[in-house]
Amino acid sequence: MSRIIAAFVILLTIAAAYMPTAQAALFHPKTHTLANGMQVVVIEDHRAPVVAHMVWYKVGAADEPAGKSGIAHFLEHLMFKGTPTVASGQFSKIVARNGGRDNAFTSYDYTGYFQNVAKDKLDLVMGMEADRMVNLVLTVEDVKTERDVVLEERRSRTDNSPAAQLREAMSAAQYMAHPYGIPVIGWKHEIEALNHADALAFYKRYYAPNNAILVVAGDVDAEVVIALAEKHFGPLARTGTPPRSRPQEPPQLAARRVIFKDARVSQADWRRGYLAPTRSAGEVKHAVPLSLFADLLGGGTTSLLYRELVVKQKLAANAGAYYSSTGLDQGRFMLYATPSPGVSLAKLEMAMEQALAAALKDGFTAKALERSRTGLLAAAVYARDNLFTSPRIFGDALTSGLSVAQVEAWPDDVRGVSMEQVMAAGRAVLDMRHSVTGLLMPEDGEGK
Amino acid sequence: MRILARLCRAPLVWLAVILWLPHAAMATEIQVVRSAGGITAWLVQEPSIPLLSVSFSFAGGASLDQPSRKGTGNLVSGLLDEGAGPYNSLAFQTRLEELAVRMNFDADRDSFSGSLRTLSANRDAAFELLRLALNEPHFEAEAVARIRRQILTGLIEAQEDPNAIVAKTWFATAFPDHPYGLPSRGSIETVKAITTEDLRGFMAKALARDRLTIGVVGDISAADLGPLLDKTFGALPASTKIATVPETMPKGAGLLKVVEKSIPQSRVMFGAPGLKRDDPDWYAAYVLNYVLGGGGFSSRLNEEVREKRGLAYSVYSYLYPLDHAAIHLGGVGTQNQRVEEALKVIKEQIARAGEAGITVDELANAKTFLNGSFPLRLTSSGRIARLLRAIQRENLGLDYLERRAVLINSVTLEDIRRVAKRLLRPENLLIVVVGQPAGLSSSE
Repeated sequence: MSRIIAAFVILLTIAAAYMPTAQAALFHPKTHTLANGMQVVVIEDHRAPVVAHMVWYKVGAADEPAGKSGIAHFLEHLMFKGTPTVASGQFSKIVARNGGRDNAFTSYDYTGYFQNVAKDKLDLVMGMEADRMVNLVLTVEDVKTERDVVLEERRSRTDNSPAAQLREAMSAAQYMAHPYGIPVIGWKHEIEALNHADALAFYKRYYAPNNAILVVAGDVDAEVVIALAEKHFGPLARTGTPPRSRPQEPPQLAARRVIFKDARVSQADWRRGYLAPTRSAGEVKHAVPLSLFADLLGGGTTSLLYRELVVKQKLAANAGAYYSSTGLDQGRFMLYATPSPGVSLAKLEMAMEQALAAALKDGFTAKALERSRTGLLAAAVYARDNLFTSPRIFGDALTSGLSVAQVEAWPDDVRGVSMEQVMAAGRAVLDMRHSVTGLLMPEDGEGK
Repeated sequence: MRILARLCRAPLVWLAVILWLPHAAMATEIQVVRSAGGITAWLVQEPSIPLLSVSFSFAGGASLDQPSRKGTGNLVSGLLDEGAGPYNSLAFQTRLEELAVRMNFDADRDSFSGSLRTLSANRDAAFELLRLALNEPHFEAEAVARIRRQILTGLIEAQEDPNAIVAKTWFATAFPDHPYGLPSRGSIETVKAITTEDLRGFMAKALARDRLTIGVVGDISAADLGPLLDKTFGALPASTKIATVPETMPKGAGLLKVVEKSIPQSRVMFGAPGLKRDDPDWYAAYVLNYVLGGGGFSSRLNEEVREKRGLAYSVYSYLYPLDHAAIHLGGVGTQNQRVEEALKVIKEQIARAGEAGITVDELANAKTFLNGSFPLRLTSSGRIARLLRAIQRENLGLDYLERRAVLINSVTLEDIRRVAKRLLRPENLLIVVVGQPAGLSSSE
């Protein structure tokens, strides 16, 4: 019974399976690089007469200048304002008038823009995307109003939610030097100070064809996409985008605890993060085995944590683990548990420690490992069923330091993982010195 | 965790019912499969990927719950895959994992629904698990206690969740003394009161073949599907006697309710009587709402509230046609100091469209979008299966995918003006605000 686990956990569990990318033998991507350095990836899917058109920039919140947190995301909003040929505020309306849907997103390692349209509109939206890559026009008034929108977005996501505020504090504690500790949306006081000049400076520095990847999936031939890319993006000039080099973590020597008590909390909650390698950073050999370890430890209702804490001891209403192996720099391996009514966080945490110790000591059965492997490999087939999933997998991977070949290798990598590798990855990562434990509590203490 | 941190420019508004998924431009051929045992399913055969999606629902759902046991259907939905037939809970869950089968159940206001997704290679075994879940669930004491605990912790958490509070308050005010007034997942008291007999009682009355609709998409032929339908659903009762849910209308016109809560951003829900799905003016209302608040970046509310004034990240409206009531709902989140201003702008826009309708250009743009974007919804087998189910559920007809564009294109400005006068009256709004909105307090 997984439905009652919070929606975001399900998303992450799915993401943990999907995002490390799926089998190229399923997706059959075709690739090309323009003379100006822009990479093109095409996934043909002829089931419906539509295309997903995406441009991913290899810049995200972790590339922001110090003190300007939120500028990557703020610029993403401002990219919808206008150019000399598209009037302010018209971009999305033009897409809609052509029967399309558009949106954009920002994370630590990338910023992405997409339009989902009927296939005969690909030429139009690609032209618009190429236009705003270099011709953005911002008025001071646009910037002020949109900043208010972003502040409302922050209130919705974070300031209204104690759970989100705890997660923010945990990230900040986890990363002592690396900017993954700063929220993608930015700190409130820094968002308030972002201005027109900041946005344009960031835009000019990072938005260029050589720093972007075009990903198109749908009912279109790769040759056609490549020809359109040559037409629209080909004429744009390469620029001197700075290399991506973020402050790196020093050795982490001390376990940290973050405790958030708040009158707005009615249900206590427990979480823990451990600094963890990805397929691009840290001990990369552990990344794929760690995906399997996460699933065995806490990926679903047959996992060790669920069986032990929820079913057997009944101390938790839910418990689990999740991990994503994609990330330009070191990521996190996460544990979570929600105490059953009347159970203290202290008692729950002690049981969690015992379960972790038992997992590392006794390991898992060979049958369980095969089930986890089956699940990850099946997710790759299911991923192929949704037209909008494959371009996200490629965009995420390629902006996070992975190659198309590595994306293609994922299923083979999963097939090749041994139990020894799974356990070695788990032992390497579950190190208290690299951890941050977060407690969410009602103001009057533990339980209600 | 990077996924958690991914921000979108536009909020993804998950509307509770998207039954008007209408129209098409796709080359999907719908086959009506009637099994030997008399079970009907709509099928789109799609052999290019080796998988299969099934979506089904039984009309009724949480409305069948006893008020003092509200949440029974929801608890059932969490328990069908927790032990059935020869499998105990762990064995059933293990079997699902071994086969990589995804199975889900859900009880909402008007229906009890489920979905199944499987790789083609495991098709027969997947249907067998679904058969067991629907026909032979155990409701074993350990599992009942565990899933109840999960629901209870969720309800405890919801006590302080502004979004949950605003919705709960709105529906409780609009539908006092009606099943729609209570959340489908129940309350702490009612969930604690549910017995195993209640769960079995719900199964016995809720799952009947005469209220069942099924959509299937994927790598299967009609000939192969028929026997699987009989095997899976054939043993359910042909029909059951259930209490009639009374027809109703949302109450509370003109009321403002403020629920005091110490948060920086007020969450607001506003709503009034809407239109049912079979109303002759449905398509006019659908187009009208797209222009007012349904059109994402293109809507009037978004333009006035977000783009021009920076008052919110998210503002929207939608038609919510239930089986026994019709609602037109909307929402916004705004910092406490500016809630009054945001509500004033929203009411002005509702009044303006109510009096004058929309422009020729807006009508044309809405039609282009609503027709042009429809195929974008047909991009996974699960989504198409849900659409097939919804078309049957709403009696829209087998030719609906062809007719939808005509239905939308035939809406005139006159139709819009007529329905706008009926639908868009700011004085009819029931408004609930959760937060500390400056200058606002509850009416009465």
